[in-house]
Amino acid sequence: MTAPEITRTSNPLIQINNLCKNYSLQDANGKTITNQVLFDVNLTINPGEFVTIMGHSGSGKSTLMNILGCLDIPTSGSYWLAGKNVATLSSNELARIRNQHIGFVFQGFNLLKRMTALDNVATPLLYAGINRTLSRKRALELLRQTGLENFALHQPNQLSGGQQQRVAISRALINNPPLILADEPTGNLDSQTSNEIMLLFQKLNRDQGITIVLVTHEDDIAAYAKRLIRLKDGRVIVDKNNTN
Amino acid sequence: MNLFAIFGEALRALRQNRMRTALTMLGMIIGVAAVVLMLSIGEGARTKINETIAAMGSNLFIVVPGATSSGGFSFGSGSVRTLTISDAYAIAELPSINATAPVVSGTVQLNYAAKNWSTIVTGTTANYFEIGNWKMEAGAAFTESDLRSAARVVVLGSVTAKNLFGDEDPVGKTLRITNRPFQVAGVLMAKGQSLTGRDQDDTVVIPITTSERQVTGSQFPGSIRYMLVQGKSATEMDIAEIEITQLLRQRHRIAKGKENDFTVRNLTAIADVATDAAKVMSIVLGAIASVSLLVGGIGIMNIMLVSVTERTREIGIRMAIGANQRAILVQFLLEAMMICILGGLIGLLIGIGGAWLVSQAADMLIVITLGMVGLAFLFASAVGIFFGFYPAKKAASLNPVDALRYE
Ligand SMILES: Nc1ncnc2c1ncn2[C@@H]1O[C@H](COP(=O)(O)OP(=O)(O)OP(=O)(O)O)[C@@H](O)[C@H]1O
Ligand SMILES: [Mg+2]
Repeated sequence: MTAPEITRTSNPLIQINNLCKNYSLQDANGKTITNQVLFDVNLTINPGEFVTIMGHSGSGKSTLMNILGCLDIPTSGSYWLAGKNVATLSSNELARIRNQHIGFVFQGFNLLKRMTALDNVATPLLYAGINRTLSRKRALELLRQTGLENFALHQPNQLSGGQQQRVAISRALINNPPLILADEPTGNLDSQTSNEIMLLFQKLNRDQGITIVLVTHEDDIAAYAKRLIRLKDGRVIVDKNNTN
Repeated sequence: MNLFAIFGEALRALRQNRMRTALTMLGMIIGVAAVVLMLSIGEGARTKINETIAAMGSNLFIVVPGATSSGGFSFGSGSVRTLTISDAYAIAELPSINATAPVVSGTVQLNYAAKNWSTIVTGTTANYFEIGNWKMEAGAAFTESDLRSAARVVVLGSVTAKNLFGDEDPVGKTLRITNRPFQVAGVLMAKGQSLTGRDQDDTVVIPITTSERQVTGSQFPGSIRYMLVQGKSATEMDIAEIEITQLLRQRHRIAKGKENDFTVRNLTAIADVATDAAKVMSIVLGAIASVSLLVGGIGIMNIMLVSVTERTREIGIRMAIGANQRAILVQFLLEAMMICILGGLIGLLIGIGGAWLVSQAADMLIVITLGMVGLAFLFASAVGIFFGFYPAKKAASLNPVDALRYE
């Protein structure tokens, strides 16, 4: 396996150069129309950073996050993850990166239905080749960390939104990834629960040095981060340190 | 990637959709059961025919009076009397011929105690039993000296013996054939039906001399109904046929260009035709059953395709948390194969049960071989892989982000 080892000391962790993303759509006459969503985005993120990305709806935040999470590929430009050019990696290597090095948290939680919280958290370990008993043990540990040990055997539809998101965060953390990507993780939660989740992220960043990139619409959520990036119509218009 | 874990995921998915899994499996169950049932019926028919042929005696000709081409000829019509006992003895002397048995026959009335039975009497020579591959159930066949002295001895077919004597041992008893007393010398072992469907065990066999003089009688002394001729070897049957034909033409003084007044039939060739027919029947039955297996397979593909579409989001999530294409492919393939293999097993049991029922209800011989079971099973797995692969491949080749966005 030649997947890159992403260590917390490698420098920088994320480097994107002139990144563009187009979507092609078919119009009513069957003609292809190209819709450019990201325009020459340049971005460098170092290990240990806590970054929020803000911007209007449709500004391309999710598109950028999906590319950063190796779920999608850019139309042009390059993406270097821990010194490796992602474009040169095979689909197996990308799967391994998603499994081992990136924890992705979605706005819609994206838990597997009809599966207990415990098994949801443990599933990435199964794809890492670790046996079920060991996986479950580690999953339970993480659920304890996120305060859900009493809900381990609940299925997603038996959990509240905040609980589901904590399950999703536990799942993202199970392989000890150096990078967490969260696309509007608090978008579906009330402000009380949102703050709890953000404190959890802050703790992970501060205590374990995990790099966090987080998309949000809300200023008070963004305030937890150390750095703020603002997108407008697919371009970076603000990139500054948070001063509060 | 942990194959065992993925097996667990596949099993979980099947269990989550019990109804759908069961219905899909039903297609497989019916398909495999049909294949097993059809194959076993076909194989049973073949075995039955082979047994009949083996019981028939080897390298056999049957020579009957009358020309083949004369149209109206039918076996045993009795209207033509051109074949004689001495023809049979002459043919026996031919180099390619082992032995001959001339036969006269007629329908007769049998009496024993208060019981009556009407059957066909066969008057023949002592070597009839060996040529016709008859084995004795009890007692003995009649002998050359019985033949010479035109003794009133009789050998009973098993059905006739049963009908006249019930559980009594017939050997040594005296029964009456057209009111003349005959002593039972022996009882023949059962053979079952002939290739033409006649019950070969409902008969009595007596010396041809006795028959001619006292039972069947004859307007044309010495003429026979037919004769059995046994060739020396299977490879020289063609030569034997030519020799028989030439000799009989000579003896009957048939001029060049005139047609034969007899017909030589090679029973082995007829048997081969019957065997081939049974083989064809087996294949046709198997093919018909395979169609239902195919339909079952397409059903599986259909369900798996629906399942892939329905679970697109799940596939996206699995990819997002690190499943590679192979893990997805293997999971969906395993799901399809589990349906097929489990369905195949159940179908196999039902097929065997059905075959047993048919054998009981229709009194048919049903043969189930290990090869058949293996074939059905192999076929079921192959269907699983073949029809499971496309949906599995489709699932595996989804782009993670598209799969996640799928509603
Ligand atoms: N698969 C797609 N095909 C075509 N266009 C797409 C696709 N995905 C996104 N887009 C377009 O790209 C643009 C950016 O979408 P994106 O989801 O990145 O926005 P966003 O910043 O995350 O918005 P929001 O805050 O509402 O989540 C939108 O105009 C959207 O219509
Ligand atoms: Mg978005």
